Amino acid sequence: MLSDGALIKIQHIRSKYQDARSCLLPSLHVVQEENGWISPAAMEAVGELLSVPKATVKGVSTFYSMFSHRPMGRHLIQLCTNVACMVMGADSLVDSLRKKYGLEPNGTTADGRFSLVIMECIGACGTAPVMLVDTDLHDNINENTLLTTLGKYT
Amino acid sequence: METFLLRNIGNPNSADINEYIKAGGYKALAKALTLKPSDVIDEVKKSGLRGRGGAGFPTGIKWSFAAAGQNKPKYLVCNADEGEPGTFKDKLVLEKNPHLLIEGMCISGYALQAEYGYVYLRGEYPQAKHILEVAIKQACDKGFLGDDILHKGVRFQLAVHQGAGAYICGEETALIDSLEGKRGQPRIKPPFPVNEGFMAKPTVVNNVETLANIPYIIEIGSNEYSQLGSSDCPGPKLFSVSGHIKKPGVYELPMGTSLKEIIYTHCGGIAGDKNLKAVIPGGLTTPILPADKIDCPMDYVNMPKHGSMTGSGGVMVFDESVDLVKVCGRAIKFLERESCGKCTPCREGVGWLRSILDRVAAGEGREGDIDLLLEVSKNIMGKTFCALGDSAAGVVQNFIKHFRPEFQDHINEAVSVGS
Repeated sequence: MLSDGALIKIQHIRSKYQDARSCLLPSLHVVQEENGWISPAAMEAVGELLSVPKATVKGVSTFYSMFSHRPMGRHLIQLCTNVACMVMGADSLVDSLRKKYGLEPNGTTADGRFSLVIMECIGACGTAPVMLVDTDLHDNINENTLLTTLGKYT
Repeated sequence: METFLLRNIGNPNSADINEYIKAGGYKALAKALTLKPSDVIDEVKKSGLRGRGGAGFPTGIKWSFAAAGQNKPKYLVCNADEGEPGTFKDKLVLEKNPHLLIEGMCISGYALQAEYGYVYLRGEYPQAKHILEVAIKQACDKGFLGDDILHKGVRFQLAVHQGAGAYICGEETALIDSLEGKRGQPRIKPPFPVNEGFMAKPTVVNNVETLANIPYIIEIGSNEYSQLGSSDCPGPKLFSVSGHIKKPGVYELPMGTSLKEIIYTHCGGIAGDKNLKAVIPGGLTTPILPADKIDCPMDYVNMPKHGSMTGSGGVMVFDESVDLVKVCGRAIKFLERESCGKCTPCREGVGWLRSILDRVAAGEGREGDIDLLLEVSKNIMGKTFCALGDSAAGVVQNFIKHFRPEFQDHINEAVSVGS
């Protein structure tokens, strides 16, 4: 269930920790980076590799909000609506995504291009409102720049 | 003023090790390795440095607890889970000055006789992860990290551990559980991490900014360092300023600089020259202050006397146009989402606060809702393992303490529409 590339990365991670259990979060990150989400089969495979029961892997994986347990779109929009972004107009950006792409929080566009997740602060409050698209940070966004920026992610 | 934590960050290649060395970097490490580990701890104690993550605990004292333990190995963990909304100072250090953190951790590891260090980094900071990993590799290649640091026989290994989106992991015991591959839920204290932390071994958890101060203390000496800023809480402090402010950003200023001076002198005042309504001075969960109560020194000792906290130094500025009931509701929605679910008063109570605030903000509030909010918050306060529940209760209590008429106005509108 894990690709050869993922296996190599997880083995490298294993060398950085003295115990296998500590490798659980980093290993789940490897899976998510590769597939965009963490499937039940992937959780089972990670558990076997690290000798952690699959129920435990699921319990840990589902605790953390950045791990996704359903397939995601090609690009993940992580938009902050916490207080600093809210007072600078983030809620209207959520409305823009709804209007332009029919995209709801925790939803994916019908063509599988974008998924949207609402974030709780991504540490760029001085240049709010902000979003991450995949691993790229975009700040000082408004309704116009939001749509222009997203246009570049096909 | 001369900066230290943000020194050199104007240089576009400030994260590169050669630039850092050129600007005097890693000299403090070489100096520290000529001292005995216990002398390094004494220097930090004498400097008066207090932890910059929010609680303001004296760093040297924390270190001496861990150093006294015989149990081995010992661990040093950097708390880079900068999750407090309104805070973005550690990110700047991580991305622009990563070698300052690495040098600080290496000196601290030597002082504590810890051979392993981890940087527990927010999952939301993918750029910082990349920059830090490159920096760690550079430091290993130059002999500032590894099995024989500067040929002195000192060993310190450092790795980055990425979180995955959980505010509670900023709490040190939850952070340790997360580092152990578990759900990030706080442990009851005692035992404290300095006695039984990561893998049940003595573990010191320090914030990024705290560790970044260590090279400065070694460089100029504890005596000179202790003269900077407030006398009972010295050193430089990073302030993240956001909201309706002319010049938002991260500012390095002496600890004890007044909140008013930060806003009006350093940040140029309120955006659009509007009137100031309120300030949250130390990150979203610290007590809000009305505009006429901001002439107070931002440090860990004096701020509580003025009814708030310095916290992480995340200054959030709100002008007269802001609906504070909505802000309060959004803060509580955040804490509801981030409650780990371990303690019932927090898991259930914060949800009740959120649902009452939602209806008040939406103009559907009922007479008696303000007292109900206070009653629910009283039943959370002091009844949970960690401070998250207390934070939620405190946010509601402080917003109502200073802005009760605004809550009442929302309710009156609802009642008059209803009648």
